[in-house]
Amino acid sequence: MFYREAGQYKTSYKADSAIFPILQDRIAIWFYLAVAFIAVPLFGSEFFINSMMIPFLIFSLAAIGLNILTGYTGQISLGSGAFMGVGAYSTYKLVTIFPDMNVILAILLSGFFAAFIGMIFGLPSLRIKGFYLVVTTLAAQFFLEWAFIRIPWLYNYNDSGAIEVPNRRVFDIVVSGSEASATTRYLVVLSIVVGLTWVASNLIHGRIGRSWMMIRDMDIAAELIGVRPLVAKLSVFAVSSFYCGVAGAMMVFLWLGAAEVESFDVNQSFLILFMVILGGLGSLIGSFMGAGFIWMLPIVIRAIPKILGLDINASTVEHINFMIVGALILVFLIVEPHGLARIWAIAKQKLRVWPFPY
Amino acid sequence: MSFDVGYTTADGRTIGGVLMEMKNITLRFGGVTAIKNISLDIREGEIRAIIGPNGAGKTSMLNVINGFYHPQEGEIIFRGEHRKRMRPYQAAKQGISRTFQNVALFSGMTTLDNIMAGRQLKMHKNFLWQMLRYGPALNEEIEHRRKVEEIIDFLEIQAIRKTPVGSLPYGLQKRVELARALAAEPSLLLLDEPMAGMNVEEKEDMSRFILDVNDEFGTTIALIEHDMGVVMDLADRVVVLDYGKKIADGTPNEVQKNQDVIDAYLGVA
Repeated sequence: MFYREAGQYKTSYKADSAIFPILQDRIAIWFYLAVAFIAVPLFGSEFFINSMMIPFLIFSLAAIGLNILTGYTGQISLGSGAFMGVGAYSTYKLVTIFPDMNVILAILLSGFFAAFIGMIFGLPSLRIKGFYLVVTTLAAQFFLEWAFIRIPWLYNYNDSGAIEVPNRRVFDIVVSGSEASATTRYLVVLSIVVGLTWVASNLIHGRIGRSWMMIRDMDIAAELIGVRPLVAKLSVFAVSSFYCGVAGAMMVFLWLGAAEVESFDVNQSFLILFMVILGGLGSLIGSFMGAGFIWMLPIVIRAIPKILGLDINASTVEHINFMIVGALILVFLIVEPHGLARIWAIAKQKLRVWPFPY
Repeated sequence: MSFDVGYTTADGRTIGGVLMEMKNITLRFGGVTAIKNISLDIREGEIRAIIGPNGAGKTSMLNVINGFYHPQEGEIIFRGEHRKRMRPYQAAKQGISRTFQNVALFSGMTTLDNIMAGRQLKMHKNFLWQMLRYGPALNEEIEHRRKVEEIIDFLEIQAIRKTPVGSLPYGLQKRVELARALAAEPSLLLLDEPMAGMNVEEKEDMSRFILDVNDEFGTTIALIEHDMGVVMDLADRVVVLDYGKKIADGTPNEVQKNQDVIDAYLGVA
């Protein structure tokens, strides 16, 4: 009823080409941003912020990275976990080599290292597609995991082989490390994620995003129109890896506080791929939905017995959790193979014409 | 530009000099020779048809023109310059655009985005501006949107502007593909069976659009088509291929009377 666009006439192409052409959508976006920036830090508990919101945002960013590559450009990758690792390890190297460096800057810079590595492992995509490309990205995953273990320089020759986050201040506020408060870290993560999502949305709606989608939908026709496959594919691998790298760096520096190579193994890649597929390929909002679904749902389910006062032991809860989440993923994908984002889009369309069917 | 003298068509249009000349083109795939020693020219402003039975090498010929295939022998002269071996995007840069026999639209994108995609080469704002989608990048986007809207008006597809092309009926998809090719403002437009699978009404529409494009923008058109009625009506000159060889070249009237052409189409007793 409230979601109507009647009376919103667009009188310029600028208004019609806007990313959110409908007024209600624009209001909704500002509302979500207000909730995220003001309400959550004010009213959210330490547990809610640290164990739910921060990882949700970080995984959303990684999912956006993979979605740009897989959803928008059609290049399937199983290396996103490793590219997150590249981000994390290069941030670690940056802050230990340059102790005075702004840690937020280091996190963003590390994205460029990930982008570079991603471009190298994107080279095979110029010749191979589909499942064969999956295998080469899997090779990237295993090679990088090997590098994180076998090149001790990357973790400063620690005996543990892990990277640990030092306490670092930005403008006199502790941002990273054990002394940093959850709210501070949350606000930093949120700002980075919002900023990069905005950039991703801009890229996707412009010339470069179109060239990616052209490659996805019909690469021969794309080349004929003037897209250079080399430029388009390498640029998308770079951008995608940048996002994954920043997400990985934030995961270690602003959430976990320490990490080993296991944090970036192939399971991580699968997790992010599930988020992208469940959320919806080729949709930014879907990346958030997928990450939210896969990360938040188990936590909510875990909390239910406690709320209901049931006395079930923890391992049983965990098993039931796996079953419920797995079943729900199946149900959602059978109902709508295009993911949660498509369900969302259909719901919005229905609302627009309500109470009429079409 | 070539200084060759043009000619005047039956309906009184003046055709200019040679835009593209292909000399002694031979194209082989392993042991199969798809094109044998074919020469043909396309003149500025004309509608040139390439016809022939199935497997005659017509589509191969278009693929040679826009750089998909590289002929083993022969040379191509475009705008008076010898053309080197090139990739399709380089041909696109030179102003050659085309449509496909089996529609090759970007099925996940809307009609508008598909046509905007056609303007890819006309847009230049760099990555940083694109990231911000502000100032020059946004202005560029809007300015090209205006151009695209002109083409949408021209081809009368306003109503499907925001429809994903995958869900459009076949006839409209063909029209969107023509729009996408036109968006690049080509100097040479290649149409590979623009009327395939259409009903009479759609064919009439498409013929009208092809004539309008030629007339209004002065675009040179090379087309492959199986519907002889359409070809004889539209084309200024027709080249007939059979088994990779050229068997006739001339005005529709000349070609129709050519004994080799009749034999190729009807078989020899």
